Amino acid sequence: MVNLKELSEALFRGDVSRVKELTQLALREEVEPREILEQGLIKGMDVVGEKFKNNEIFLPEVLLASQAMYGGLELLQPQLIKSGVEARGKVIIGTVKGDLHDIGKNLVAMMLRGGGFEVIDLGKDVSAEKFLVAIQKHKPDIVGLSALLTTTMMGMTEVITVLEKAGLRDKVKVMIGGAPVTQEFADEIGAEGYAPNAASAVDKARELIHSLRRK
Amino acid sequence: MLIIGEKINSSRKNIKEKVENKDTEFIQELARKQVEGGAQMLDLNIGTIRKNEPERMQWLVRTVQEVVDVPLCIDSPNYEAIKAGLEIYNWDKGKVLINSVTAEREKLKLILPLVKKYQCPVVALTMNEDGIPQGFQERFKIADKLIKKLTNEGIPAQDIYIDPLTLPVSTNIQNANIVLETLKRVKDSYPKVKTIIGLSNISYGLPERRLLNQSFVVLARASGLDAVILDSTDKDLMALIKATDLLLGKDEFCAHYLQAFREGRL
Repeated sequence: MVNLKELSEALFRGDVSRVKELTQLALREEVEPREILEQGLIKGMDVVGEKFKNNEIFLPEVLLASQAMYGGLELLQPQLIKSGVEARGKVIIGTVKGDLHDIGKNLVAMMLRGGGFEVIDLGKDVSAEKFLVAIQKHKPDIVGLSALLTTTMMGMTEVITVLEKAGLRDKVKVMIGGAPVTQEFADEIGAEGYAPNAASAVDKARELIHSLRRK
Repeated sequence: MLIIGEKINSSRKNIKEKVENKDTEFIQELARKQVEGGAQMLDLNIGTIRKNEPERMQWLVRTVQEVVDVPLCIDSPNYEAIKAGLEIYNWDKGKVLINSVTAEREKLKLILPLVKKYQCPVVALTMNEDGIPQGFQERFKIADKLIKKLTNEGIPAQDIYIDPLTLPVSTNIQNANIVLETLKRVKDSYPKVKTIIGLSNISYGLPERRLLNQSFVVLARASGLDAVILDSTDKDLMALIKATDLLLGKDEFCAHYLQAFREGRL
């Protein structure tokens, strides 16, 4: 019997081949895909997020763990779809127009995936119009906007304005983050969520989804 | 090597607050300390302050110039802030290093007239509309294009500082090599053109960053680095640079090294 704790530990260590092996094994033993995802992969990424937040592990280790996560997820995804397991929520994410910084955004995307979210990453230097088109197409629960410069932060306001004009503002929650971004700025532009780092972004996204589902 | 003090940068939490509250005493003390540590120029970067960047930049230039005599590096992605800083700068204290221009058409159109008007040296980043290329060949290609463009516009080669853009090694293990290779290529092809890097970004995301910063500055200097933005109050780092320059044959009769020794700086 495969031990899902071992899977989550292998993920934490960033042992890609072990994660693949254990995921494969669990599937063969007909462990519920949802169980493998939640008790194996998500649990492992939760530890990664927590330790990263506390400076116990470092960026390269997070990137390595994420490779392991993707390795497992790749095998799991077809089974998850087959068994009708839904993601915790759908998130569209991107760095706003004029801004080419994507380390933080990538980290958040990865942690969200590790947290069981379906993530559509639009990349960097993404215009408000492009966000709008993607939102219309994918109908996400949350749109995540990133900026590292004060000169590009205004791109976040633009996305919100475009959403309002399109009559979509109440259809999606807006989350923002990045070095110059603060809770104060989020309140100012009417974004529902702000998180100071990647791990708390996952908590924030879960909270927002929770409030959506309660309605 | 031209040492530029990095500490007046609003991406450091404390500084943002002090600039927003216009804490003259704090900023002046920080400026003085960096010059005492060996900075020959001070970088002013308030790129993370959103409100009134031009006005705050002017306040910062005035405040810093009141207490130190070294020239300043006005560092902003915002054209208006650079322009505002230049307008009230006290030119008795040497020329401003304008930081920065890129190969982006819009950016060149705005910054170039300022460089010409004030006849200042300028930092040119190896990026264009498509962002920062991954490989050193592509970065050199952008540097090459920028150097040709700027010299065609009459900017002297020695006033051009190419910045190959240092990205953290924690996200791509080749990021230091890419910078080192670009530095070498620029100096090989254009010996008169100068090179510059911001040092600390290399170690972002890793523990004991000073070790990586120290090693990187030595490697970069050996690869043709002319100027560096760093923490000049870090005595170990400054001593290391003195030793490096001596070993690279840039310190005739070891004069600077020995002077630093007598001043207790080693």
